Formats: sequence, C-alpha cells, structure tokens
Amino acid sequence: MRVTTDRDRCVGSGQCAMLSPDVFDQDDDGLVLVLQERPDAELLEDVHRAADLCPSRTIQVTG
Amino acid sequence: MTQSADPSSETASPYPQFPMRRGCPFGEPDEYAELRAKEPVSRASLKVNGKPTWLVTRHQDVKQVLGDPRASSNLKRPGYPHQFHISEEMLAHVRLMLLSMDPPDHTAQRRMLIPEFTARRVKEMRPRIQEIVDERIDAMLAAEGPVDLVTALALPVPSLTICELLGVPYEDHARFETWSAAMMNHDLSPEEYGAAVQALDTYLDELVTLKESEPGDDLISRFLEKNRAEQVADHVDVVTMARMMLVGGHETTANMIALGVLALLEHPDHLAELRADPALLPNAIEELLRVFSISDSGTARVAVEDIEVGGVTIRAGEGILALNNAADHDETVFPDPGTLDFHRREARSHLAFGYGIHQCMGANLARAELEIVYGTLLRRVPGLRLAVPAEELRFKDDAMVYGVYELPVTW
Ligand code: HEM
Ligand code: SF4
Repeated sequence: MRVTTDRDRCVGSGQCAMLSPDVFDQDDDGLVLVLQERPDAELLEDVHRAADLCPSRTIQVTG
Repeated sequence: MTQSADPSSETASPYPQFPMRRGCPFGEPDEYAELRAKEPVSRASLKVNGKPTWLVTRHQDVKQVLGDPRASSNLKRPGYPHQFHISEEMLAHVRLMLLSMDPPDHTAQRRMLIPEFTARRVKEMRPRIQEIVDERIDAMLAAEGPVDLVTALALPVPSLTICELLGVPYEDHARFETWSAAMMNHDLSPEEYGAAVQALDTYLDELVTLKESEPGDDLISRFLEKNRAEQVADHVDVVTMARMMLVGGHETTANMIALGVLALLEHPDHLAELRADPALLPNAIEELLRVFSISDSGTARVAVEDIEVGGVTIRAGEGILALNNAADHDETVFPDPGTLDFHRREARSHLAFGYGIHQCMGANLARAELEIVYGTLLRRVPGLRLAVPAEELRFKDDAMVYGVYELPVTW
C-alpha cells in the first residue's frame, strides 16, 4: 500500500490527522503531511477511511 | 395542501414548499425518504419568497454537488436560494464572508485560517474549554433546579470558546456573551434584535482596531500579521471574518449541545451505554451530528454552469439546496437511518459539517466542545433529567439551524 496526497487540493480540515494520526499530520500551514508513505497493514482500514472522508479527495491509496 | 375555496390565495408555484417540517425531532422531514426514492433531485419553492430551488437528497449526489466547482457559494449571484428576507439593495452592500466566497478568494482566506483549526491546535484549546464548561456547571449546580440548559450551558460554552479564539479580553466576555445570546433570542422585538447585532458589530470593529495596534496571541492578531505580507483583506474584511467565526460557531454548537443532551435524556439505554463505556463518546457524537444534521440547508449553492446530477440537468443560474440532513438519512449509506446507534460504523460519513472546499472549519473544535460538555455532564451531573414533559418542548422548525428553544432540566 502506498499513500500519496495532492497538497494543492488540501483544505486543511484535519479529518485525516484525527482519523489516522500515525499516518497523517498537518504542517504549520495546516495542510496534510504524510508521516508514513507505506503504512503497515493494520493501519490500512483507517487510511482508507481517511481517504474516503477527506472532503477534497486529496488522499490517494494505491497498491 | 387541501383545496382552497379561493384559488387566488394559493401560491402560484406547483412545487412543494421548503423548508419541510421534521416530524420527529430526532429525524428528518417525512418527505425526504420519498424524495430520495422517487425524485432524488427535485424542485421546491422557498417558503420565504416563493422562489424556486432544486433539492438534492441522496448522499452521493449531495457530495457531488458540494465537490463541484461549478456550484457557487456566492449569495450575490442571481438564482442563489436565499432562505431569509434580504433586499436587492442590502445584498449589493453585503461583504462576502468566507462561507460565501468562491475560489480564488476563498482559497486565499481559508489558507490563512486553516492553521487556527488543526487537530493539534484544537487539542491545545481543550483545557481552556474544560474550564469554561466546569465554571458553567458549577454555576448551574449552585442554583436550585430547574434551569434552562440552553441559557445556562449551551449558549455560553461556544460563545466563550469563540472569545478565546478571537482574543476577546476577559473583561469584555460578559458583554460579548450577552449580545451573542441576544442574536439567538427569537423572542426579542426587531428593535432589540437590531440593537444587539449593531452592538456586536461595533464591538468586533473595535476589537480588530485594538488588535491592529496591540496584537495578542489570538486568531485575529495572527490573521492581521499574515495579511500584512499577503494583503488579501482590508479592515472590513477582517471584521467580517471575525463575525463569520461567531455566526458559524455559536448557534450551531449551542443547538447541538442542547439537542444532544435531549437525545441522551430521551434514550436512557444509550445514556447507560455511554456511562459504562466513555470511549464510545466520539462515535456517539458523530451519530448525534448525523441524526440531527442541524444545518440541513446551510449547504446552499447556485449553478454557474449546467450541472448533471442524479440524472437531472440543473441549469446555470438555478439555486440548489444540497440537503445534508437528507443525505445523512440515506439508507444506502446508513442502514436503518432513523435509529440512533452509537456503535454505527459509518457514523462519521455524515455530511452535517458539509463537504468539499467549504467543509466546516470549526468541525474539530465543535467536536471537542461537544465531547467536553457531554462528558462532563455525564460525570458531574449523573441525576440530570428533563424538568418538563418532552412534548412541551418547542423546536426551531422554520429556522435555518435546527434546535430547541429551551431545555428545562433538573438533577
Ligand atoms: C456542531 C456545530 C457546527 C455545525 C453543524 C457546522 C456546520 C457547518 C456547515 C454545514 C458548513 C458548510 C457550509 C457550506 O458548505 O456552505 C460550515 C462552514 C463553516 N463553519 Fe461550521 N458548523 C459548526 C461549528 C462551527 C464552529 C465551532 C466554527 C468556528 C468557530 C465554525 C466555523 C465555520 C466556518 C468558518 C465555515 C466556512 C468554511 C468555508 O467556507 O470554507 N463552525 N459549518
Ligand atoms: S482530510 Fe483531506 S482536506 Fe482534510 S487535512 Fe486531510 S488531506 Fe487535507
């Protein structure tokens, strides 16, 4: 699994950082930061939920 | 509507009227389920001015509209579905709030504000919110019950939280709270109401002027600081931004506090579940946000180009209400949507905070306020109960933000 984001789209809602804090954070501008590009399998479910709930479809999960 | 003897007294519109009443305070208007099933994108006529609008009721379609750059939030555009009386002349003079801006103006202002509402920043605000809640509950418990929970707790908590956020000096808190509560008091005369709005506006104007010369550790000061470099806002824009925080964060959170407490008191099994397992609270809050979706029609748009949605073409210039309460009762996403279920796995997929670029900036802050209020009430006031029969409560059926006018409680 690989996590990528398109920071130009991010609207800084922080849903991802709340839902999956091991994988996502927000930088000083409040925009998404990926902490682990290849998170462990047990985080998969949370990462998928974050991608699904992101209001600007910023998060892509591949593989 | 039944046949009227005088046809000329009927409204000319063949469409159903909006808003529709919620039959049960814990649900959606009865008409929504039928609309989702038979006509998910349909026409309605706005009660306030008889103008037509589209209603979008399915979860997927509401998300589509709110994520579509062709759906504008600009309330000055012809065709925007206004839900309160506003004259053309007033409209021309309105300064657009963030909520009503489109990109690129929206993007520029939102980016300046995002750092104020990150998950981390909200976490830092929690101890202060806890203090505010504890002080209010102390005061409530010091009085003899019954008290109105709306005035004793639900209104002051978000009002004081916004004071913290904006950097309103402590000595002004009481005045700020009085005015912001007055703005929500539907029993006031138009003159009294107008006076409160005016006083608050003047105050916010003075506050911004104060922060311009004496910056502090607060949202307004940081906004002014960034603005010095980026020059996206003038003085009036900054005052408008401050008012946006109050308008966006006060009545919404207050209504949600009171409705959530009512839901818990009226569902003793759910209350017992939460007592037994406080870790359930965050998901319970998502579920409460879902069932009430208090800002149902707050997600209003106007098409700037033709938009295809749910098999219907909405033409450029037509108004759209992407109803989040209808979306949040969509049975394809939330099985058995009328049932309050604190264990519901998909609860967080609700659209009560909207979706897309305008999704509520204060969502994580509102969640923190709700968690602290409900959690503290559960711990400190275990005997809390309604002081009147639930049938006597009056609900804000015609208001843009759903709520309960008064909630008399005792303990
Ligand atoms: C339970 C409480 C709340 C609810 C249900 C709620 C609901 C909403 C909704 C539905 C929107 C989107 C409107 C649209 O798409 O046109 C919104 C936007 C907004 N809300 Fe909230 N809100 C709540 C609390 C707050 C709080 C506490 C604040 C701040 C202190 C806040 C500030 C804002 C702002 C600034 C926007 C505009 C964002 C933008 O246009 O980019 N809200 N809110
Ligand atoms: S959920 Fe999406 S929009 Fe919100 S901070 Fe994360 S990436 Fe950005």
